[in-house]
Amino acid sequence: MALDRWIALIILGIALAYGYAAYFTMDAGLPPFMQRNPIWPSTFPKVLSVLAILTALVILLGLEKAPENPKEPDIDYRRLGDYKIGQAAALLGLMVAYAVLLRPAGFLLSTGGFLIIGASVLGERRYLVLIPVAALATGIIWYLVQVVLGIFLRPWPFFLG
Amino acid sequence: MLEGILIGLSTALSLTNILMVIGGVLIGTFIGMLPGLGPMSIIAIMIPVAISIGDPSAALILLAGVYYGAIFGGSTSSILLNAPGVAGTVATAFDGYPMARAGKAGKALTIAAISSFAGGTIGAILLMIFAPMLSSVALLFHSAEYFALMVVGLSAIAAFAGTGQVAKAILMTLLGLIMATVGEGALYNLPRFTMGLMDLQSGFSFITLAMAMFALPEALFLVMHPMRVNTGGNSGKITDLRITRAEAKAIAPVIARQSLQGFFIGVLPGAGATIASFLGYAVERNIAPKHEQDEFGKGSIKGLAAPETANNAACTGSFVPLLTLGIPGSGTTAILLGALIALNVSPGPRLMIDNPQVFWSVIISMYIGNLVLLVLNLPLIPYIAKILAIPRTFLIPFILFFTLMGAYIGQNNATELLILVGMGVAATVLRFADYPLAPLLIGFILGRMLEDNFARSMQLYDGIGFVVERPMTMGLLAIALLLVLLPSYRAYRARVRARGVADGD
Repeated sequence: MALDRWIALIILGIALAYGYAAYFTMDAGLPPFMQRNPIWPSTFPKVLSVLAILTALVILLGLEKAPENPKEPDIDYRRLGDYKIGQAAALLGLMVAYAVLLRPAGFLLSTGGFLIIGASVLGERRYLVLIPVAALATGIIWYLVQVVLGIFLRPWPFFLG
Repeated sequence: MLEGILIGLSTALSLTNILMVIGGVLIGTFIGMLPGLGPMSIIAIMIPVAISIGDPSAALILLAGVYYGAIFGGSTSSILLNAPGVAGTVATAFDGYPMARAGKAGKALTIAAISSFAGGTIGAILLMIFAPMLSSVALLFHSAEYFALMVVGLSAIAAFAGTGQVAKAILMTLLGLIMATVGEGALYNLPRFTMGLMDLQSGFSFITLAMAMFALPEALFLVMHPMRVNTGGNSGKITDLRITRAEAKAIAPVIARQSLQGFFIGVLPGAGATIASFLGYAVERNIAPKHEQDEFGKGSIKGLAAPETANNAACTGSFVPLLTLGIPGSGTTAILLGALIALNVSPGPRLMIDNPQVFWSVIISMYIGNLVLLVLNLPLIPYIAKILAIPRTFLIPFILFFTLMGAYIGQNNATELLILVGMGVAATVLRFADYPLAPLLIGFILGRMLEDNFARSMQLYDGIGFVVERPMTMGLLAIALLLVLLPSYRAYRARVRARGVADGD
């Protein structure tokens, strides 16, 4: 089965769960005065779930034929190994680490670290250029966001205040 | 009217007010380039500054300048990085980014600047003529018609989203609508589908979703397939900034049509720049000749000019209900309304009589703002486009960082970053399988409004009866159905014909 039909199957699952919630569990907690309303919080989701289930089935069962001459895709997922998938995964991991560390480690350290490690993962080795650029960019962005826009970003790790 | 224009000119052309326009446009452009800060947040940030000025005309002129600048700045990040920071410029990325990838970033930015200028200026002329008249027409549109209008918009997007597989586009639209129902709706104050997670209480954030759908997959593709960008080589120096005569000829009718259409959509409260840009893109794509239609989405200049013109014209249009009725047509004008009230001006039918200098100076400053935008940005384009000449080892970490920052600033919530990464991976997989992502985001943006208007009409008519009782609603819904069914039917016919020819041989 091709990838797009697997995806349709997953979306079908989501739509079924969503529809189940809309039809059977959502209305239980509805206060009585709201039940007199012609529209309930579940009305719109009910309609959406039915439509989504039908459309997902159309794709899953292959009712709509694919174009006769499919164009060359940007990236062919069947040959995923040919691409630099390791670098992509490393960067995603780095983003997750950034999300987790942003609060405890402070903005300046985590951002500087993110930019430096990110560039090294991609093969940058000129650290004499990289580190000053990353430090400067981090400082400027922090200044812009914190001072000019007035949005609070904790600059240093939690134990430094 | 002539007298009014003169009052406006004398107010708007004072030295302080001209400085206000220039300052506003500059601030707007530069902050607007950062993904994650749209016109709404920038104007909100600028309100304290504007109020401290004291003079309502000057304050409103400053804010209008910021508004235009922010929208142009948003187009730059859409074109150069495929990271639309504002809903209204999502459609700009459809063709602007492919152009930038083909080494025509300078030309793309020039077209964007010129179309924005034309859209904004024509919009301002229309505003002057139609402001009084249109306010009465806009009142005829009922929530039932808004609902139907949005359904038409969504089906138009799904039908023309590309790839030729309508079912996939519809499924993505529905998924977007489903995601829009997560969280607490304004109508019921009940959390829905949050799965008990506090972080989903207010729903998914638009910025996070936009970053996850466009910027993140693009950055990942760049990592996985380094040959995709031809930076360094030819886009290091930005050649052919200029638009050829033939290109100018091609986009002129697009700009003319979209200025009108965009303006009138902008006048409808609730529609605004986003719908105008998507609808403009869909319409232009549909009426283009067959061979040009295939260009759309791959760097068509028409596909870039259409949404850029339409969203600027619509921004101008959205001032009509604000200035004439006191009803803000969009989030941004709602914030402007707040600023006006703080300055002791109450917009409404009496604004033109009580404070004519405010009304007319805002309109005149729109011309000046658009002119300043053009004069400032055309010489800057080669420098802005230089962003693409940065080596990819530096560029990619920075793009990823800006997507993270965009999602974080809006919500100040680190969980948002995890949602961003998760949805970005899902979006990348969807792109592998050739599912169009734009319909999902559009469905998500329009979902709230769609449901609110649907619910309001249901309540007014005590049931689904409004569809039958209001002929305009019925007509619009019929068009929507036609839009969805037509491409499938056409594809079916083409297949049958192709098969017939093969048999005949």
